[in-house]
Amino acid sequence: MISFALGNQVSANVETVILQVRGPRVLAALVVGAALAAAGTAYQGMFRNPLVSPDILGVSTGAALGAVLGIFLSLNVLMIQLLAFAGGLAAVGLVYWIGARLRGHDPLLALVLTGVVIGTLLGSAIALLKYLADPYNQLPAITYWLLGSLASISPRDLGVAAPLALLGLAPMLLLRWRMNLLALPDDEARALGVDTRKLRTVVVAAATLMTAAAVAVSGIIGWVGLLIPHAARLLVGPDIGRLLPLAMLLGAAFLLAVDTLCRTIATIEVPPGVLTALIGTPFFLWLFALARRSW
Amino acid sequence: MRWLVLLSLSFPSIGFCQAAIVDASGREIRPPAKVERVYAAGPPASVLVFAIAPDKLTGWTRAMRPNEAQFFANQYARLPELGRLTGRGNTANVEVVLKAKTDLIVDAGSTGATLASLASQVQEQTKIPYALFDGRIEATPAALRSLGRLMGNESEAQKLADWYENELKQAKQRMSGVAAHPLVYYGRGVNGLQTGGAGSINVEILDLLGARNAAGEARAGLATVSLEQVILWNPEVILTTDPNYWKMIWDDARWRGVKAVAAKRVYLSPNLPFGWFDFPPGANRLLGVWWAGKLLYPQAFADVDLRAKVTEFHRLFYHREPTAAQLDAMLGEPGVLPK
Repeated sequence: MISFALGNQVSANVETVILQVRGPRVLAALVVGAALAAAGTAYQGMFRNPLVSPDILGVSTGAALGAVLGIFLSLNVLMIQLLAFAGGLAAVGLVYWIGARLRGHDPLLALVLTGVVIGTLLGSAIALLKYLADPYNQLPAITYWLLGSLASISPRDLGVAAPLALLGLAPMLLLRWRMNLLALPDDEARALGVDTRKLRTVVVAAATLMTAAAVAVSGIIGWVGLLIPHAARLLVGPDIGRLLPLAMLLGAAFLLAVDTLCRTIATIEVPPGVLTALIGTPFFLWLFALARRSW
Repeated sequence: MRWLVLLSLSFPSIGFCQAAIVDASGREIRPPAKVERVYAAGPPASVLVFAIAPDKLTGWTRAMRPNEAQFFANQYARLPELGRLTGRGNTANVEVVLKAKTDLIVDAGSTGATLASLASQVQEQTKIPYALFDGRIEATPAALRSLGRLMGNESEAQKLADWYENELKQAKQRMSGVAAHPLVYYGRGVNGLQTGGAGSINVEILDLLGARNAAGEARAGLATVSLEQVILWNPEVILTTDPNYWKMIWDDARWRGVKAVAAKRVYLSPNLPFGWFDFPPGANRLLGVWWAGKLLYPQAFADVDLRAKVTEFHRLFYHREPTAAQLDAMLGEPGVLPK
C-alpha cells in the first residue's frame, strides 16, 4: 500500500513496520494520551480538586485486577484486554452504585471516598494474585503489565480501543460547556436549570469508557491524566469549554513524545510510566510554584 | 575458614556434624548426623532434593496440579504444599517449616548476598541448617554432589552428577563441529516481547549451545523489547515458553515478516512437570538442552532420540518413566517439534 502511495519500491518489512507496528503504536499513543488527559480534565473540574486523576473512581485499579486475573489464568492477549476493560467498567460501576446509596453526604465526597476504599480493596486483590502467581513466569508478566507499555499495540487493539475512546469523548466534547456547572454546588446548578446528577452520570460514564479502553491496551500509564490538565489550565484558564480540547491535544502530544523516547532510548523498551513520572514530577512542582490562581 | 576445616578434620568426632560443607554462597553448613527430612525453598531446590532422595522431600512449594502429578508416583505427587521460603516471593511461614520437622533447608538459584543473608537469618531463627546452591545448569553436577554429601546420600548424588556432567559434555561435543550458529530470539509472555539477553539465567541454554542471541548481551535479567526491534533483528529461530504467543504468531500480520515465522521455525517448549527451557531455573532444564539442540542444529543433533532422553531423565530425576502416551502428548503438542 505504501509502495503504491510513494510510487516506488518499499521492502515488505518496512511496510509491515509502518502499517502494522509503528503506525498503530503512534496512533495508540495519541488516543491513549488524549483519553487520559480528557478524563483527568473532566474529573478535576467535577471534583473541584487539583489532585484528582482519571483513576480516582477505580477504573485503572479495576482494569489492573482484570488484566492480572487474565495473566494469572494464563489467558491470551485478547482475553486479558477484555478482562481489563470489563474490570475497569465494573469497578467504576460498583463505586458509583455504592456512592449513590450513601445518602446524607455531599454526593461528590461520597463518590470519592467510595472510589478510594474500593480502589484499596481491588489493590489488595491484585496483591493476592501476585502473591499466588508463579514467580518465574506470571509474576514478571504482571509486573510488566502494571508498568504499562505501548510496545505491543496491534492494529486490532487500536481498532477496538480507538472507537470506544471516541465514543466516550463525543458526549464529553458536546457537553463541555455545560460541564463547568458541575463545579457548582448541586442546588446552585439546579437553579440554573441543569440536572447535575444526570450530567455527572454522563461525564463519569464517558470518562470511564475511554479510560478503560485506553488502559486495556496500554496498561497503567500514570501522570498524564494528572499533569496535562494542569498544563492546559495554565494556558487557557479553567473554562472546560476551551480547556478540554487543549488538554486532549497536549495529552496526545505528550504521550507520543514520551513513547517515542521509550522506543528509541535503548534497544530494550523503557516503561512509559517511568518516563512520565520522571518528566511529570518536576514539571508539576514548577507549575504549582508558578500558578497563583486557584482551581 | 581453612583453619575451621582443619579443625573439623582433626577432630572428626566433635559435635554432631557429619560432614560440614561450604555452600555456593560461601557459608559453612553443618548438617545434623541424620538428615531424614529436607525442606526445599523453591522449585529448583525441590528438583535437586527429589532427584537425590525422593523420600526425604517434605513437600512441594506448591501442590501438584493433576497435569503435573501424572508424572510422579502417587506418594510423591501427594506431598503437601509448603510454600516458598525466600527469594522470589515468600509464601511459606517459618512456623510451617518448623512444623514439617525439617532437618535441612535447601535453596537453589541465585547465591547473592541478599539470599545468603536471608538464609543466615532463617537458620538462626530456626536452628535448621540452610544451604544455598547455584541453580545454573552448568553448576548442577557440583550442586548435586555437595547436596548429596549434606543429605547423607553421597553415592546416589554422585551417580546423578556424573550422568548429568556426561550429558552436558555430549551435548557440547556435538556442538564442536557446528559452523553455522543460527540467530535465535527467545520470546516470553503473551506478546512474546519479553526476552533475556545472553548471560541471563532465562537463556542459559542458548549460551550453553553457543547460539547467537538476537537480543545481544543482557543488560538486565528480562526486558521488554519492541516488535520493531525484533523485526530489525530478524531472528532465524524463535523459541518460546508461552502457548498463547505461539498460537498468536501465525495469524498476526506484524510477525509475518520475521524470518523465523516465514520459515516456520517458531517452537514451543514443553513445561511438564517442570519446564524444559526457562523456568523454574534448575536442573530440569537439561531436557531443554537436547530439545533446543535438535531445533537449532538439526544435523548435529539428528541422531539424538528425544524420547529416550526424556525417558532417561524422568527415570533418574523424577523416579518414574513416562508412559508412551505421555511421551506422545509431550512431544506431539503443536509447536514442540518441527512437523
